[in-house]
Amino acid sequence: MLKGTAASPGYAIGKALVLRNEAIKIEKETVANVEEEKERFSSALKKSKEEIIKIREKALVNLGESKAAIFDAHLMILEDPELIKTIHQKIENNYNATFALKETADEFIAIFEGMDNEYMKERAADIRDVTDRILRNLTGQKATDLSLLDEEVIIVAHDLTPSETATMDKDKILGFITNIGGRTSHTAIMARTLEIPAVVGLNNATSVINDGDFIILDGETGKIDINPSQDQIEEYKRLKDAYEKERKDLEAMRGKASITKDGRQVELGGNIGTPEDINGLLRNDAEGVGLFRTEFLYMNRNTMPTEEEQFSAYKKVLEAMNPKPVVIRTLDIGGDKNLPYLKIDEEMNPFLGYRAIRLCLKENKIFKDQLRAMLRASIYGNLKIMFPMISNLKELLEAKKVLQEVMEELNQEGIRFSDDIEVGIMIEVPSAAIISDMLAKHVDFFSIGTNDLIQYTCAVDRMNEKIHDLYQPFHPAVLRLIQMVIENGHKEGIWVGMCGESAGDQRLIPIFLGMGLDEFSMSPISILPARKLISSLSYEEWKKHAENMLSLSTSEEIIEYVDRLKLNA
Amino acid sequence: MKKEITILNETGIHARPAAIISKTAGEFSSEIFIEFKDKVVNAKSIMNILSAGLQKGDKAMLTITGEDEAEAMMALEELFNSSFGE
Repeated sequence: MLKGTAASPGYAIGKALVLRNEAIKIEKETVANVEEEKERFSSALKKSKEEIIKIREKALVNLGESKAAIFDAHLMILEDPELIKTIHQKIENNYNATFALKETADEFIAIFEGMDNEYMKERAADIRDVTDRILRNLTGQKATDLSLLDEEVIIVAHDLTPSETATMDKDKILGFITNIGGRTSHTAIMARTLEIPAVVGLNNATSVINDGDFIILDGETGKIDINPSQDQIEEYKRLKDAYEKERKDLEAMRGKASITKDGRQVELGGNIGTPEDINGLLRNDAEGVGLFRTEFLYMNRNTMPTEEEQFSAYKKVLEAMNPKPVVIRTLDIGGDKNLPYLKIDEEMNPFLGYRAIRLCLKENKIFKDQLRAMLRASIYGNLKIMFPMISNLKELLEAKKVLQEVMEELNQEGIRFSDDIEVGIMIEVPSAAIISDMLAKHVDFFSIGTNDLIQYTCAVDRMNEKIHDLYQPFHPAVLRLIQMVIENGHKEGIWVGMCGESAGDQRLIPIFLGMGLDEFSMSPISILPARKLISSLSYEEWKKHAENMLSLSTSEEIIEYVDRLKLNA
Repeated sequence: MKKEITILNETGIHARPAAIISKTAGEFSSEIFIEFKDKVVNAKSIMNILSAGLQKGDKAMLTITGEDEAEAMMALEELFNSSFGE
């Protein structure tokens, strides 16, 4: 058995095809006719260029525009003036083209592999891919063609090049196993895009596995079994069938509304931390962004982000999601994060300290810059603004006043913004939950932040291992507060959502659904499973269950109640 | 002519911006170089640009010489200032 990095989920059971592309034989020769050798080099370039253009077309069909763009970069490497100049110089010194190319390519590859940056190291693979192609065209040595496979196989290779993954016949490929790479390497990313299970970084897979060996590839744990017993094969066949059924069921949820058996519809949104995360949202069919944390804009830097930088980040997300709603939370930062340009004294209890809205109301410029950027971006989509850590009504009214001021300033400057922006608050402090009836009169929505609400209600530091068991998402006090917030919100006719980890929890979702929660915002990967769960539930039944649970006195009893229902289902 | 530029986009000069820079630079006959730390790289070469490893916040010097240097400077400055549309 071998163990590597599980890079793409799923299971593959089948025969191995080991790619041992023979190293291209290159010898240093002296050439007399320089012009003829240059000519030979440029015809290899031309042929390689034609091949890459074809691969690009194929990639566009199979993988989409963003993946096909890799081959634009390959074409530019192929035509790179510095690369060609260096090779020409070597040929002029009577080197043969093959050797000149190999030496030049190796120099560039060494520069990239030596860089202190995973991304740049990966670019060495692109250079190798392009230059190997030219070398093969110069020497007439062919590589294994993965677009022409006769039977289904598991590919075992040192690594796979972008042109190999783009051209391969993916219907015949059951899985990938490679010697090198990690979760972010090209092969891993492609495997996930193509939904082919993969295990990478096995070091010696190509020497341990032989062509035709029977292989079990476990893309969940990273295990590889070579020539396994019949029992193992049977066991994995069962796992594979169960996995595929589950995936098919989830796929069937894509594009559907999140609606219970008896017709109650809720919204399933995603939580994101940077604009790049929208890809994951779209892939998982999110119905909106329930929480866009803005802290990334402020972290890992020496100066305050400009209004312009923030504007472009917000605009990107709003535009990509339009017309779906995007709830952007104003800055939630405090003494636990060290921002060099924002001198916050160290505090004994940063989670009970000068942070989030408390800080924003004092640091007026930071707050106003952020609100200006949000408002300006609002014309590109469906913006909702959310204030974090509100603990009393005065804070909320002050925050709304600042927002009003910023709106007036923009009006005076003649800068447009949407006139239909909902303003809401996070309910994460118990005092806010308790006076939510009063707060509800002044906002358009609530979003319950369970992580902090549990932490503050139970007085438990989530990071403290010793008291880990006291952090209880099922604590009756927490559930009662949540029930109260939902009810108070509904009495004032506003919608109530949730954006903590509990919102994506398969055991808690039915309870909150029964309590009448309108929106669930979770990590994007949980969205389809949550939709599947909700579509199997009855709102009326869970309304009763939720009521029953609120009369139970411990977290354990509530969990037991939920699990018993699940067993009977 | 010379001008200092700052890298503004979040992810620095990765393959896509490098491709845009080299493509744009390639449209001009002038010689175009980017000086960064102790390196001087040809802005028409995607591999050269990438190998400079420019990150967000880095300041570099654009040096352009040739008959269309003014136009080239304008086009490239605009690119850097727009964060390559990111």
